Amino acid sequence: MARQTHLLRVNGREHEILAEPNRTLLEVVRDDLRLTGAKEGCGTGDCGACTMLVDGRIVTSCLMLWPEAGGHEVRTIEGLADGSALHPLQRAFIEHGAVQCGFCIPGMILAGVATLERTPGATRAEIRDGIAGNLCRCTGYQKIVDAIESVAQAPAGRD
Amino acid sequence: MRHFDYARPTSLAEAVRTLRSLGEGARPLGGGTDLLVQVKEGHLRPAALVSLAGIAELDGVGLAGDGSLRVGARATMQEVADHAAVRERFSALADGAAVVGSYQTRNAATIGGNVCNAAPSADTSPPLVALSARAQIAGVGGEREIAVEELWSGPGRTTLEPGEIVTAFVVPTPPPGSGSHYERHTPRKVMDIAVVGVSTQLTIDGGVVAAARIALGAVAPTVIRAVRAERSLIGRAVSGEVAAEAGRIAASEATPIDDVRGTVAFRRYLVEKMTSASVLRSAERALG
Repeated sequence: MARQTHLLRVNGREHEILAEPNRTLLEVVRDDLRLTGAKEGCGTGDCGACTMLVDGRIVTSCLMLWPEAGGHEVRTIEGLADGSALHPLQRAFIEHGAVQCGFCIPGMILAGVATLERTPGATRAEIRDGIAGNLCRCTGYQKIVDAIESVAQAPAGRD
Repeated sequence: MRHFDYARPTSLAEAVRTLRSLGEGARPLGGGTDLLVQVKEGHLRPAALVSLAGIAELDGVGLAGDGSLRVGARATMQEVADHAAVRERFSALADGAAVVGSYQTRNAATIGGNVCNAAPSADTSPPLVALSARAQIAGVGGEREIAVEELWSGPGRTTLEPGEIVTAFVVPTPPPGSGSHYERHTPRKVMDIAVVGVSTQLTIDGGVVAAARIALGAVAPTVIRAVRAERSLIGRAVSGEVAAEAGRIAASEATPIDDVRGTVAFRRYLVEKMTSASVLRSAERALG
């Protein structure tokens, strides 16, 4: 199959990618751009481990052909921190011990970011709804919800 | 993933020509949340995918001057579910769009894809039928418009000709005193497929039902209307008893199969109870 060239904007940086169009956004971001935060769990959009933000909305990057992301703003977990300063949600996950094996966490944090963007001050029920597309097989979710809730309830401007 | 050609036309006319020239092996690509799973799992082996992402004509959700709703085929499930006018006046459609997959799914999945995959369990299909939606279709020979239920010929099969693309769904304004609703039964709340889906729309005038539409999902080869159940409601005041009777009739109109998600008997039971509940809910919304 003929490879195609498209511009891909990831974490604010433009990349000219030359690749077969049948590869997924997840594959190109991991294998070509070497940003390996997003993971492939199921490969069929069920587990959320491959979650990325596209124009601020979470999608499963395992079900998006990479040329489809051309012209859009892709954000991965690597683009969340501001230099060496972690995003408040990243800090909250550490402070609450919300991470065990870690495989789901990049997707889980991005789903948390989208939840708080959509519903500032989200309740526990809204947080659970917001991360319903992200499976965690270790934590039982309690500490993940605790971590997101702590940021949701933090006074505005704390960070 | 297995090999296929990929084209990204930038106009509707170009997309139609591209699909037509590539022939039977080409499939339009919407959000990909269903199509790419089928490709990955080997159920579909398209020679080419024609991306609809660059075609502005397919975007958007909005009200026309006459109050009818136009939903572009590339509108995402989340866009439909969040749209204020859809929630308020075409509630069944918002109900259906809101329960598809997860946020991740709904941010990518399109209504055109959900309907044109022709799954009898698709969550936006019964609402569109209950709301008397029409599908606008573009092809090489021009445009045509059909009732949405005429799009399906069987599970996974549509009546679209090669090269044809659904461009939008148009939903007429419900008359005053109307309410609509969709609910599905699933073992899990999210990331699941309807065992049964039921959508109803009622118009209540002078305390009695003036018009009724009932659409059933996942209980026949395509989404179907329960026409006799609809008729049983006309001219009557909605009560628990009247709704229960419509439920029993709807159950007799369903032709479900046994599969991994449910047995024939369980599905008929669900159609009965869910239709009854949905009629009551639409009546509440009609009066609210």
